[in-house]
Amino acid sequence: MSGFYTGSITKSPRINRLVEHLLLKMPEIEAERAVLLTESYMQTEGEPIITRRAKAFKHILENIPITIRPDELIVGSATKAPRSCQVFPEFSYDWLENEFDTVATRSADPFYISDETKQALSNVYRYWKGKTTSELATEYMIPEARQAIDHNIFTPGNYFYNGVGHVTVDYAKVIEIGYEGIITEAELALSKLNPGDGDFARKSHFLNAVILSCRAACDYAARYHELARSMAEKESNPQRKQELAQISDICLRVPAKGATSFYEACQSFWFVQMLIQMESSGHSISPGRFDQYMYPYYKADIDSGAVTVEFAQELMDCVWVKLNDLNKVRDAASAEGFAGYSLFQNLIAGGQNSEGVDVTNPLSFMCIEASMHVRLPQPSLSVRVWNGTPHEFLIKAAELTRTGIGLPAYYNDEVIIPALVNRGLTLADARDYCIIGCVEPQKAGKTEGWHDAAFFNMCRPLELVFSNGMDAGKQISIRTGDVSQFGTFQEFYDAYRAQMNYMIELLVNADNAIDVAHAERCPLPYLSSMVEDCIGRCKSVQEGGAVYNFTGPQGFGIANVTDSLWAIKTLVFDQKKYTLADFKNALDDNFGRSMPADQAQKITVAIVAELARLGKSLDETRIAEIYKAVLNNQTDSEKKAAYVSLLSDIEALPKYGNDVSEVDFFARDVAYTYSKPLERYENPRGGQYQAGLYPVSANVPLGAQTGATPDGRLAGTPIADGVSPAAGRDVHGPTAACNSVAKLDHFIASNGTLFNMKFHPSALAGRSGLESFIALIRGYFDQKGSHMQFNVVSRETLLDAQKNPDQYRSLVVRVAGYSALFTTLSRSLQDDIINRTEQTAE
Amino acid sequence: MTDYMDTLGRIFDIQKFSVHDGPGIRTIVFLKGCFLRCRWCCNPESQRYEIEEMSTDGTVKTIGRDVTVREIMDEVLKDRVYYRRSGGGLTISGGEALRQPEFTTALLKAAKESGVSTAIESTGHASFEIIQMLLPYLDLYLLDIKHINPDKHKEFTGVSNRLILENAVKIARDAKKLIIRVPVVPNFNDTPDEIADIAGFASSLPNVNEIHLLPYHRLGRDKYTGLGREYRMGDIMPPPNDKMQELCNTAEKLGLKAQIGG
Repeated sequence: MSGFYTGSITKSPRINRLVEHLLLKMPEIEAERAVLLTESYMQTEGEPIITRRAKAFKHILENIPITIRPDELIVGSATKAPRSCQVFPEFSYDWLENEFDTVATRSADPFYISDETKQALSNVYRYWKGKTTSELATEYMIPEARQAIDHNIFTPGNYFYNGVGHVTVDYAKVIEIGYEGIITEAELALSKLNPGDGDFARKSHFLNAVILSCRAACDYAARYHELARSMAEKESNPQRKQELAQISDICLRVPAKGATSFYEACQSFWFVQMLIQMESSGHSISPGRFDQYMYPYYKADIDSGAVTVEFAQELMDCVWVKLNDLNKVRDAASAEGFAGYSLFQNLIAGGQNSEGVDVTNPLSFMCIEASMHVRLPQPSLSVRVWNGTPHEFLIKAAELTRTGIGLPAYYNDEVIIPALVNRGLTLADARDYCIIGCVEPQKAGKTEGWHDAAFFNMCRPLELVFSNGMDAGKQISIRTGDVSQFGTFQEFYDAYRAQMNYMIELLVNADNAIDVAHAERCPLPYLSSMVEDCIGRCKSVQEGGAVYNFTGPQGFGIANVTDSLWAIKTLVFDQKKYTLADFKNALDDNFGRSMPADQAQKITVAIVAELARLGKSLDETRIAEIYKAVLNNQTDSEKKAAYVSLLSDIEALPKYGNDVSEVDFFARDVAYTYSKPLERYENPRGGQYQAGLYPVSANVPLGAQTGATPDGRLAGTPIADGVSPAAGRDVHGPTAACNSVAKLDHFIASNGTLFNMKFHPSALAGRSGLESFIALIRGYFDQKGSHMQFNVVSRETLLDAQKNPDQYRSLVVRVAGYSALFTTLSRSLQDDIINRTEQTAE
Repeated sequence: MTDYMDTLGRIFDIQKFSVHDGPGIRTIVFLKGCFLRCRWCCNPESQRYEIEEMSTDGTVKTIGRDVTVREIMDEVLKDRVYYRRSGGGLTISGGEALRQPEFTTALLKAAKESGVSTAIESTGHASFEIIQMLLPYLDLYLLDIKHINPDKHKEFTGVSNRLILENAVKIARDAKKLIIRVPVVPNFNDTPDEIADIAGFASSLPNVNEIHLLPYHRLGRDKYTGLGREYRMGDIMPPPNDKMQELCNTAEKLGLKAQIGG
């Protein structure tokens, strides 16, 4: 195919008005869903859980306030106020109650909450005690796993406190046959069951729940049909009156029936997208290959002259704005880890079809154009790249990158497809992959991937090697021996692997406990109606109804662990310049630098515990003195001088990220210490574990909980993000950094790897700048890297934005697997982004 | 057996992902030693052949090291994939590539053996026999022509331009491709007349149709201090964009494809 239109498409003035309205106020927490959910649950005590879930969904959709915002063409809002959120007490609630008074003023992702809402939520929360998924999950975990979580070795907090999400449903099917079509399928399946079948009870209840949920969705759209009609009657502006009348007609048809136009397809898509996020609080509900499943409707309408390109673009822009109208409140700690009000609704354009043919189409370009028009963080726009990708498509994508919005992210078909085949997908399904959330590939409409199952901090087991399994005065892991007695690097490395293996097993225990809790307490019949083969198997996604099942917890800290192990190998065992005891002392003393409060507290607890073990009990005053001493870190000057020389020797070593083969191949092995043990485990849905290597933005808060590391990283400072080199350590330019990262085995990290690069806009100036940029991506992908993303902003811009946040309310930066408004991020995360090495062309 | 891969040369830097000195993504190898002493030179540490010390932000760095072609090629080939994707390759800069002709020739030959496209960025100030030696392995000659007036050239660079202009004619005749580059330096060659003279000469050369006007910049200034040398450009500011555009137009009028920057 040739002759794509690559230029810009006129942006409707409506879009600016929609965006302005969206960003006008601080997001708000609303109570209606929680109240309605609880009402329903109280009425259905004792019924099967799947039925209760469907009835609650129906009750919510029948009664939750609905609204059509000014100028909207695509309608359906989960909240009265824009960009606001409902809450989901069935997963967890106590964190929000504890944070009622701070949620509006916290640094990351603040939400306004009214006294009325607090009162309403407090009332319903009483009902939920002992009934949530998180409480059940806690029961199912072994104590060692809970302890490891308490000690921040890994944090499965996401699914522990929330719904799972992380899915792309079969949008194409709903758009094509409507929920009436799906109901017909479920009824057919139901008719084939015999009341005498052993599993009739479960199966029939599941299918009935699917039918009930789908009907609820249709009825919800019908409420918009009525609302639009009554608004149209009252509207004085003739143009808007006509628009509302059309909206009313469309909501009468979709999503109940199949779409007959591009406009209907967009509206149908939106109801699906929004309602999934009404059923459960799981984020990363990813639209997937929007350019593919929407294309038939677009093409038909363009061919018949029913829509103009400009109007089709306007509709897409409206969908893009709506994706930013959804929101989610998280606990303060998670908000730091997922900063930027992000919902990770990943939408991907370009790539090949299930037969391996490139299917980049005009909508692929219009997806990029829509992100240029709205300049908002959602959707997380991605593009698929392979050898057959049209060059002009990448140029268009690079033009978006150059705007500094942090979008799109680039994904490599040449790695992801074989990586998925290796996990048991058929070749056809693998070729049709999309991306979930940050960087996680799956086959849409067939997968329950549990892609973001936990953060695993690979630096912490390294600390456990030095402490022989102790943390804050407790034996939380296995004893791998006194570190100062290790005679070879191999012994040290084996100890690290042993600590890793132990903690990985606990991670699996924790994740599987949570998995079971979701199946038992929060199966999702509505979501399951759109994932194959739930209807066929007559069971929910949470119980293993999907064709493909995975669990994908993500490890991070590769760069720090690699540089650390390399330092130990070189300085202790090759050069014999230092002993492991020297390293241990330096780490305990944070290389003689002042100690961050978190670390000081931990060390104090350890000292007190040790003294207690020796029979010395201390009073509060004495403990406070110890804490103060630790905090000030009164290391003597001789020691301090020794630490300075150790640090400078570490500094002089080659580091991951500079295209030094021996270090980079060592990094590949380090990554295996996480990815290889993990893939041996299974989840309760019968699926395999697969590693991801990416941190979202958790490398900052989890770095704050990590002591000094042998690579010279000080206690409490951020850990390297994703598979990227440690901040500021890649000093040989972008090609060297790419070559290093490409030396990792991206195929085995099939839950995705994340490589962040920050470019100064000058690096992408002019057509030749774009060409070089694309060549860089192509070059990285030729060497089998999996993913790349970019921040294109100047350091000065970011510093200025910190000083004058009001002037930069719309400044979008790439955080990790997603983009966020820079000024909504916490200060420490802002600093981290500023300090990532800025690559420029020389 | 003497192997050209073992030829020794003296370099002071290797720069990856360079996108301004020849087409595509390139690796630049900076050779040490130059025949000229241009007052505006942004790499004064490149001028002397001798290994020397330069202080930067309080730390003293040794400038210059002797390496074999083989060692350089190990570095150059690391980015082979990007050359292929961008139409880039190796650029030898300096210093002056012609100051170390055997090394330059061997390095260019090695690059071509490995399928890497080659360029040199050079003053052209050497006997033509030397230039002839390396032309078979060279895809692109980026030749600096700084001024047409020999006296002014000598005053600002230390040498007359006679040899350079003579060589330019022969290089244009024999090289695969020649692009003329002009550092645009205020108070030296930044008038439309001076640029027109250079562009006129360039357009008279056979097979030459491209000229790059490189605006003077001050990024090398601190290096002079670091080397204990005097920066003779004083507070002269880089030429403004509109001025560069005007000179660009001047060159275009003489039938050349002109661009600002490399």
